[in-house]
Amino acid sequence: MKYKSQKVAYWFFALSLLLFALQIVYGFIMGFARIGFDGLHEFIPFNTARAVHTNLLVVWLLSGFMGAAYYIIPEEAQRELVSVKLAYVQLISLAVVGVVAIVGFHFNIWEGRKFLEIPRPLDYLVVVNVLLFLGIIIMTLIKGKRKTTTALVLTMGLLFAALLYLPGMLPFDSQVTDSFFRWWVVHLWVEGVWELIMGGILSFLLIKLTGVDREVIEKWLYVIVGLTFLSGVLGTGHHYYYIGVNNIWLIVGGIFSALEPLAFLAMALFAVNMYRKGEKKHPNKLALYWTLGAAIVSFIGAGLLGFAHTLPQTNLYTHGTLVTAMHGHLAFWGAYAMIVLAIISYSLPNMTGRKLYESSRGRIAFWTANIGMIGMTVAFGVAGVAQVYLERKMKMDFMEVQNEISVHFIVLILCATLFGTGIVLYMIDFIKHGRPNDEALETTDN
Amino acid sequence: MLSKKQARTFFLGGTLVTFLVFIGLTVYSLSKSQDQTNHENITEQVVRGKNLWETNNCMGCHTILGEGAYYAPELTKVIDRRGKGYIKAVLTTPVPWAPNGRKMVAYGFSNEEADDLIAFFDWIDDIDLNGFERIVSPLSNDDN
Repeated sequence: MKYKSQKVAYWFFALSLLLFALQIVYGFIMGFARIGFDGLHEFIPFNTARAVHTNLLVVWLLSGFMGAAYYIIPEEAQRELVSVKLAYVQLISLAVVGVVAIVGFHFNIWEGRKFLEIPRPLDYLVVVNVLLFLGIIIMTLIKGKRKTTTALVLTMGLLFAALLYLPGMLPFDSQVTDSFFRWWVVHLWVEGVWELIMGGILSFLLIKLTGVDREVIEKWLYVIVGLTFLSGVLGTGHHYYYIGVNNIWLIVGGIFSALEPLAFLAMALFAVNMYRKGEKKHPNKLALYWTLGAAIVSFIGAGLLGFAHTLPQTNLYTHGTLVTAMHGHLAFWGAYAMIVLAIISYSLPNMTGRKLYESSRGRIAFWTANIGMIGMTVAFGVAGVAQVYLERKMKMDFMEVQNEISVHFIVLILCATLFGTGIVLYMIDFIKHGRPNDEALETTDN
Repeated sequence: MLSKKQARTFFLGGTLVTFLVFIGLTVYSLSKSQDQTNHENITEQVVRGKNLWETNNCMGCHTILGEGAYYAPELTKVIDRRGKGYIKAVLTTPVPWAPNGRKMVAYGFSNEEADDLIAFFDWIDDIDLNGFERIVSPLSNDDN
């Protein structure tokens, strides 16, 4: 850690992990409900659990991205954050908005639009919160001594993410138009601008961990984010195949979304090549695990598994089935959860001055969580494919099919237990590092 | 070999072009002449139904137009499959509803609210979904 203000990142990461833990709890509630253990139905019906599960995911990832920006931007811009106080105000308001939204979901207060369930009045608070965050980051960059590509791509990603929240707030009478613009937020976030954020964090980590020249890494960063937008923007069309809009999207969405794995493949090849090229042996192997892991698993989860059901001919049958949940879990885990865990693993020893990266606990956490998540993905996949055949091909009744495939949810719960164990170990590691302190300043050359 | 400047040009140029094409296609496919939704049939009742659909987060269990949570049945073409009477009974019942053991929240909607939701489903049922409507309705099959 080179700047005192970087410490604020620690609290964003702590909030992140807390919300992540809660997200997993609600995931279990849903998993058990699917095999018939729905004792909490009166208090937490499935739609509440589901809204909490997905919204917590979004909030904890955003909190992680914000923490990453507060850690990375001072080092890239070579100056302290313009205001640490405002950063703490922003942290607290983010936590308050998140908690109020989630409590509201338990009382039937929501907007009921998939992934964007936060009620409208809270949307405005989200906008204010994100503006404050962007203000701090952009002012720090402007006043900074240098403006790097890494910082620029990261900030562009965060800025675009904020701007793209707005189409989701437009009211429409038509369910079709509503859905159309909802994907402007959800798709263009996760298959567009969030990849800029991921790319920025990945680039920063690779520069630090491999010692490869910044110019080389940042050149490839441009190529990757270029590929992301080139395929991902028009790839939005894969959400428009069967929702009641023109069939031109079958062609446009089909072609461009089929190209989307290229960006993730480039990211994986880039990360592995930079690691091989690197002459520096950074002692924080754990951060390297998570960094390379994010690049590789995102290619499998977001790239390959996305491709598996993105062609219109396939999607005609898989649209609206558990196949989507299969892809969604490994994609979010690989691309976004793992990159947040990577930046936490890298920055935590630097902020606290405790270098615990030799512990086997960290490595066990990495492997357990990953094996667990891959198992969960397979369980969702098998359930999804069986659902497609029984329901869409054999025309069996929905609930009959659900009963047939419920056995896969037992497997899902077992794998989720393994996954959860990994995350608990990761959190124990986080707590063992202790609090950030100024004594950690300059004790590291990274 | 590619320089950093060329890489940046590729990123900025590619992004700009694809965004412009995307906006153009959006305007085109949402234009009146391309409407597949019978937009003129969206009555106040349909809008009230949509509002009920959202404020109760029905999408948190069900799917509609293939979008939702895969925990409860797809409701596109539900009137085809179940008929309005059945749907109204489910929506208005004050006792917990658990078809095949899976529980639905007992919303206990009023008659008027149930009619609003049914009007919403009715409007949904007539949308041209580029073939998906055949997949989700067992009343039709792939051959016709």
